[in-house]
Amino acid sequence: MTVREFAAQYGYRIVTEESASLDRPITGVYSCDLLSWAMAKVSAGDVWTTVHTNLNVVAVASLTGAACVVIPENIEIEEPTVTRANREDVPLLSAGHGAADIAVRAYQAVHGDVWPV
Amino acid sequence: MEPGVIIREYTIPANDFVVAGEASSSVRKLLNQMGVAPAVVKRTSIAMYEAEINAVIHGHGGRAHVEIDSEKIVIRISDDGPGIPNVELAMQEGWSTAPDSVREMGFGAGMGLPNIKRHADAFHLDTEQGRGTTVNIIVHFR
Repeated sequence: MTVREFAAQYGYRIVTEESASLDRPITGVYSCDLLSWAMAKVSAGDVWTTVHTNLNVVAVASLTGAACVVIPENIEIEEPTVTRANREDVPLLSAGHGAADIAVRAYQAVHGDVWPV
Repeated sequence: MEPGVIIREYTIPANDFVVAGEASSSVRKLLNQMGVAPAVVKRTSIAMYEAEINAVIHGHGGRAHVEIDSEKIVIRISDDGPGIPNVELAMQEGWSTAPDSVREMGFGAGMGLPNIKRHADAFHLDTEQGRGTTVNIIVHFR
């Protein structure tokens, strides 16, 4: 499933402008608000959820190759962050769900309904 | 200068989180343009970003000196900050002296130096209280 399809399926709003990066496949999910921790753990292709909306989120997403960043609970995203995300070609999504609910949906989008044992 | 060596210098401003990360972002783009393997680019970028952010948060800003040849990248990030009183503690995951204002942005997890060590092939720290800190990072391309 691509970032665009993921957003459409769960009604998440794509905050950044139209880009080919929206057609990147999502291959995993990671949820963390400690940026250094996320930087060490987020894998390329991951959906990354964080409540932070500052510029450094874009840097971490870009460095790790995250497929997109999903900001939960309709938290407002600062305009400079959106501008930087457009420049770095990092898709930003805004979701009404909380981080755990987003993570479950992203996991299902990647793996179907099969849960790890 | 040796032939085929690319040298870059960057200024890292103090407490400016708008510009923070620009040096490592620039190096990442350069390595991508050179066709360096994505996994190596990621390791390099993470190690340099952490060192750069440390200089922004703790070192009153500083400088990055980068040398790239066909086999490796050597990164030296220096600051004139207060130095690290206890390196052994600073190297422990979870140990942080970052102020609350920085923690509110998601930094200060105490993962900076351990992340650098984990992602670099060689890592060396020179620090002196009252004089500053220099972080040396080497990542080999193969």
